Formats: sequence, C-alpha cells, structure tokens
Amino acid sequence: MDPSSSIQEPFDLIRLSLSERVFVKLRGDRELTGVLHAYDGHMNLILSDVEETIMIVDVAEGAPEGQGTVNVAKRKMEMLFVRGDGVILVSPPSRT
Amino acid sequence: MDSPTPPPPPPTNDQSPPPPPPATTSGSPTDFLKGVVGKRVIVRLISGVDYRGVLSCLDGYMNIALEQTEEHVNGAVTNRYGDAFIRGNNVLYISAAEVL
Repeated sequence: MDPSSSIQEPFDLIRLSLSERVFVKLRGDRELTGVLHAYDGHMNLILSDVEETIMIVDVAEGAPEGQGTVNVAKRKMEMLFVRGDGVILVSPPSRT
Repeated sequence: MDSPTPPPPPPTNDQSPPPPPPATTSGSPTDFLKGVVGKRVIVRLISGVDYRGVLSCLDGYMNIALEQTEEHVNGAVTNRYGDAFIRGNNVLYISAAEVL
C-alpha cells in the first residue's frame, strides 16, 4: 500500500516512524538523529541512541555576511527527552 | 383607495451586499489550504528557510506533512527529505507552487 495514502494528519507521519531512526531539526542550529520511542501532541520526543550535531558559525572580523566558517560539534546521548517547542522539522527514514 | 402607499425605504449605504469575489479567489484561507493539499507548495519558515514539496496534509496548528521535500536556504538546496513533518509554530506562509 502506498504509505502516503494512510496519512490523514501530519502526526500520522510521526506515528509511522515509531521505533525508526528519525532526523530532527531543532532551533539553535542543532540537529538530532535517533530512534523515536515516543511523542505527544507538543512534539515532545523520546529518542534513544542519539547523535546531536551543533552548527557553530564563527563570523570572522570584517568578513562579508554569510562567509563565516562553520564549526560542527557532535555528541552522543543514550536517551534524550526533547521538549516539543524546540522542534522545527522531523523526517522519518525514507521509505523507498 | 386613499390608503397611502408606504414610502419606499430610505436608501441605505451600509446594507448593500458585498460584491462577489472574483472567480479566481474562491473564499477563505481554509478553502485555499484545502485546495493546495496534494499540490506542490513552498513553505517558508520564520527563520527564512524554504521547504518545497508536495503537501500531504496539515492540521489546525498548521503542522505540515510534506513529500519529496527540498530544503532551500538562500536559494540553494541544503537538504532533501522523502517525508517531512514541520511543526506549525515555525511556519510563516504556505505558497502554491503550481496552478490550483
């Protein structure tokens, strides 16, 4: 069955991603990948086996706008609760 | 027949019906959103990031499910997602990217 036909509301996309590894884009130039264990209507999330990627832009003195160097910091966490209001986007693994 | 005919009602300026909207703009924001489900759209977030894709569905919070999504920052594609859930509070606008 076409998976998109079983989606009636946006949260269905999240429900179909339970127990799957998901990509989460957060406020503050942070991204997570982890296995989704639970969520609620606020998009509070419980993730396990999480890797967080933090983009840190250093704008050099006098450099033109948007030309700063981007440093990437990563860290891993076994289990994470994400407060929903920080979530921008959640993408399930591609079902291709 | 000396009963006087009632005078015509005084002309009123404020009770004239509003002009019908042009046929191309059919109604409310809700009607627009119903019309763009299944179509290609551009979703712009408050941060300025654009998501282009096919609108699967959306809800009352303006949470959005997109398919075949491209993330555009400053005009360049920065990411692609097969499916994407966008939390509604981040949405600035939803623009139709094809004729409705």
